[in-house]
Amino acid sequence: MSEVPSELKYTESHEWLRVEDDGLVTVGISDHAQALLGDLVFVELPEVATEFVAGDECCVVESVKAASDVYMPISGEVVEVNEVLADEPEIINSSPYDSGWLFKIKPSADELADLMDAEAYQATLEE
Amino acid sequence: MSNKTVLFDKHVEYKGKIVDFAGWQMPVNYGSQMDEHHQVRKDAGMFDVSHMVIVDLSEGDIKAFLQYLLANNVAKLQDAGKALYSCMLNETGGVIDDLIVYYMSDAWYRVVINAGTRDKDLAWINKHASAYKVKVKERDDLAMIAVQGPNARTKAFEALPVDVVEAAVPLKRFFGADCGEWFVGRTGYTGEDGFEIMLPSSEAEALWDKLAVAGIKPCGLGARDTLRLEAGMNLYGSDMTEDTSPLISGLSWTVALDPSEREFIGRRALEAEKATGVKQKIVGLILEERGVLRGHQKVIAEDETGKVIGEGEITSGTFSPSLQKSIALARVPVAIGKICKVEIRGKLLQAAVVKPVFVRDGQAV
Repeated sequence: MSEVPSELKYTESHEWLRVEDDGLVTVGISDHAQALLGDLVFVELPEVATEFVAGDECCVVESVKAASDVYMPISGEVVEVNEVLADEPEIINSSPYDSGWLFKIKPSADELADLMDAEAYQATLEE
Repeated sequence: MSNKTVLFDKHVEYKGKIVDFAGWQMPVNYGSQMDEHHQVRKDAGMFDVSHMVIVDLSEGDIKAFLQYLLANNVAKLQDAGKALYSCMLNETGGVIDDLIVYYMSDAWYRVVINAGTRDKDLAWINKHASAYKVKVKERDDLAMIAVQGPNARTKAFEALPVDVVEAAVPLKRFFGADCGEWFVGRTGYTGEDGFEIMLPSSEAEALWDKLAVAGIKPCGLGARDTLRLEAGMNLYGSDMTEDTSPLISGLSWTVALDPSEREFIGRRALEAEKATGVKQKIVGLILEERGVLRGHQKVIAEDETGKVIGEGEITSGTFSPSLQKSIALARVPVAIGKICKVEIRGKLLQAAVVKPVFVRDGQAV
């Protein structure tokens, strides 16, 4: 069973979001997603200061097996990316919700309410 | 259609992640494709390859039949047990499939073909066999397990029946030997030493467990693909198809045009292609920047002076666990120089052009 922390928000395309104390939102891919992809070997992160609209392709994670797009879960500007992943993409496999975060965004609209909570996301995995 | 090999329950028991492959439910990995890859390069791993198709040829003039059916020449097989890799071509020189044929005796040849091409291969073989009065028998009563890696043979000896071990110990590379209903070939698809073991389906589960106890770890199709690509071995359907000749697929070495009097299916098309000049070839690529090469990405070919001379295409690409870089096989213009560009998501990244083999016997080449 994959891990689905209760304090996070989720999307159907397996991104997770965490609202930080400063109002920024950290984004990553779920434990379920990393397990599906297998050993990650490359991450193409978005450029800092780029504006995205919810649903945009903003990042690519590649395992030995395949490349997979990451979609921007909410609209906003990328303010920070996890540079460590350039050299150690496998951190996403070992720590998808912590050290394996992808990027942080400054939201430009209030779209968090549209996302799934842990219970709803868990239910999609069980379908 | 979703077939299961006789080892399916074992894959589930050993925690294999099951995916559909050519209509078969097969394990893509048992946890980590990367770990399984290194396991084979450094020690010993095993693969269920029971989905592949074993065909026995008997009666009639088998040698003459195979000399007509295959682009490589089975007359090279002088010693009992010797194996030969060959393409089976259509009339236009396209590759219907690639296969291994073992010469066991003048009255028995064993052929191993791909799972994904089973139906068309068998139809083609049967169509041409009748003129030579050759009997074609699919051995779907047999399972096949490949054990691969520097320690695979030694460890397999602990698990195989004593009489099979006796038959397997003296085998030289690319030879096979039978022992009752069992058959062991010192062959494989990883670039490492090892065996491909064919055995009655009813005995396959017990052998799987014994091999595991001997320290040969189960490996999935994911590792099988990165291992074969590092070894520069072609994958049917990706690196060659019915629309590509072996001459532009890195397989010229498997085409025996001598002696010139041997007629084989596709010969005239290949001769015509040679006469007008072969325009493409398969090369290896090593990506010099961050990213992952994948099939169908566009290659911008440059000559030695850096001038763009045309385009090519990646036929197989992956991340190489052994080299920790991305590698690929690509079909490109023959005049390509030592570097090229590959288009990945709109960006042009630089790659080194190398011989299409990256790792053999555990060593980078």
